[in-house]
Amino acid sequence: MECLTKNRTGVCHEGRHRKSSGRIFCRCQIWMLLLLALGMGGAAGCGRSGEAVEPTDAFREQISGSLQIVGSSSMEKLTRILAEGFMENYPEVTVTVQFTGSGAGIEALAAGSADIGNASRYLKEEEKVRGAVENIVGLDGIAICVDSSNRVNHLTKEQLQGIYGGRIRDWSELGGDQMPIVVIGREAGSGTRNAFEKLLGLEEQCVYGNELDSTGAVAARVASTPGAIGYISFDVAEHTSFRTLKTLTLDGTEPTVENICSGSYALYRPFVMATQGEISGQDRLVQIWFDYVYGEEGQRAAQMAGIVPAVREREYEP
Amino acid sequence: MNRKTKMTEIIAEMIFTACAALAILTVLSICFYILLKGVPAIRQVGPKEIFLGTEWRPTAKAPRFGILYIILTSLAGTFLAAIIGVPIGILTAVYLAEMADPQRAGMVRDAVEILAGIPSVIYGLLGIRLLNPLVYRLERKLFAGSETHRFTGGANLLSAVLVLALMMLPTVIRISETAIRAVHPGIKAASLALGASRIQTIFHGLLPAAGPGLLSAVVLGTGRALGEAMAITLVSGGSVNAPFPFCSVRFLTTAVVSEMGYAQGLHRQMLFTIGLVLFGFILLVNGTAAAIQRKKLEK
Repeated sequence: MECLTKNRTGVCHEGRHRKSSGRIFCRCQIWMLLLLALGMGGAAGCGRSGEAVEPTDAFREQISGSLQIVGSSSMEKLTRILAEGFMENYPEVTVTVQFTGSGAGIEALAAGSADIGNASRYLKEEEKVRGAVENIVGLDGIAICVDSSNRVNHLTKEQLQGIYGGRIRDWSELGGDQMPIVVIGREAGSGTRNAFEKLLGLEEQCVYGNELDSTGAVAARVASTPGAIGYISFDVAEHTSFRTLKTLTLDGTEPTVENICSGSYALYRPFVMATQGEISGQDRLVQIWFDYVYGEEGQRAAQMAGIVPAVREREYEP
Repeated sequence: MNRKTKMTEIIAEMIFTACAALAILTVLSICFYILLKGVPAIRQVGPKEIFLGTEWRPTAKAPRFGILYIILTSLAGTFLAAIIGVPIGILTAVYLAEMADPQRAGMVRDAVEILAGIPSVIYGLLGIRLLNPLVYRLERKLFAGSETHRFTGGANLLSAVLVLALMMLPTVIRISETAIRAVHPGIKAASLALGASRIQTIFHGLLPAAGPGLLSAVVLGTGRALGEAMAITLVSGGSVNAPFPFCSVRFLTTAVVSEMGYAQGLHRQMLFTIGLVLFGFILLVNGTAAAIQRKKLEK
């Protein structure tokens, strides 16, 4: 952080010998700060945070045991940050995390081999019937991106439906240059694809020109293909190193954390940490975990992972 | 031989046998495992829908598991890659064995070795950066004004075929060169003595004589292309379509790779079934190669 302020005034001394590496370092920190600031605003807009009382050190050292978290690989970044921070706070606790996919996480929860099942989507009815409770810990925004040579900057939801449904085939129909639209998406089974198609009401009806198996691959493909359009999570959109990638506004709304909070940006999916039964019925360690996740440090972790932190009350039901 | 050396002999033999058995054991356990995992889905979905169905919608409410297009893509892609790669490979081998002076041959051979050693993901990345934009330019020219074509941005069967052709070259070149060099020198000498030109000698004397060896080069190169996943997953687009050159396609290998991460239940089992089909093709190719080798030895 110090380096950042120095850099702004033009004297980042550390970077004098290794100028370039110093600069990258500083830029990274600017990003972090920007993100933090963005997230803080989001947290403030989103609800009351940190209602839990700070536990004392003595209390922290008393708590021991192990916590099994299994599930979504999209939640890897968030879960890792949370787990590391939690173990620092509670040195006697081991948190083991596995990223096997949303469905597998909820299955492990039902089978009793996990304390918490991560899912990067709303729980299905049949999962809830079997006792899983949907605790939303954050919202992951989905940004629409195109390559930067594209003149189109705004899309409406209807236009997006037209593009992904295969009815709109050329950018000239949307006020851009005459250029075919290359429709890029994720593979079947991906949580992002599932959320995206559901939000557009196009489940299993999208017509893709490319189906790629990771968010990074989508970003790379869109950045290098003139006329391409794709969907990626906010975190990737913000941290991408592809200079030729730009995000579009949807119905006139910028894809930002604040706009998800205010409800004006429609494309997002929940990050769920499901428990078997309500949190209040869990053993003490799990309850402490959720105090942590919904507390101040959990909110910070969410901002670091580029998602909208949620508060304990479930106010994001669709 | 005293007792101690005898013991050493016996122990050494046991170790060697154990190592050799490991290979057989691995193959058998892979066969067993993939059958075990791949067959249930065939039973559940029915072979007719799987092998003749063209719709792949594994996550829909009423899922469809037709993999005909995926199988055809693998076959067509490999075949087309062989059509491009094999002539280039064999002609390079002829150059190495017959035309080039030792210094130049050494240079080419080194280059081929390096080509063989480049990790497939690098081929894929270069494919994305260099090949796809070129192919996309061609695609836009060919399909300008088309009302039905789904533009792929250059990530399509054609790109995958070109990458595969390049990737099978080292295998084809190496085995073909060995085969050409193994031809009895008498054949060449006789041909030249009868007044045939160098080119005539190569095409009417050497290559026919090296036939079985060249055939196994082709088969093994094909096997290499059939089993490749990483490079083509990056350049082929990844949607399930019929194998036309400018369609985004999915191969048997990339079908498994791309959806394994999140697949559950029957979808996951189906991916094992696709693996089983791929394994079957690979066994077929390698069996053919082995049969050719055996025939050669009998001669």
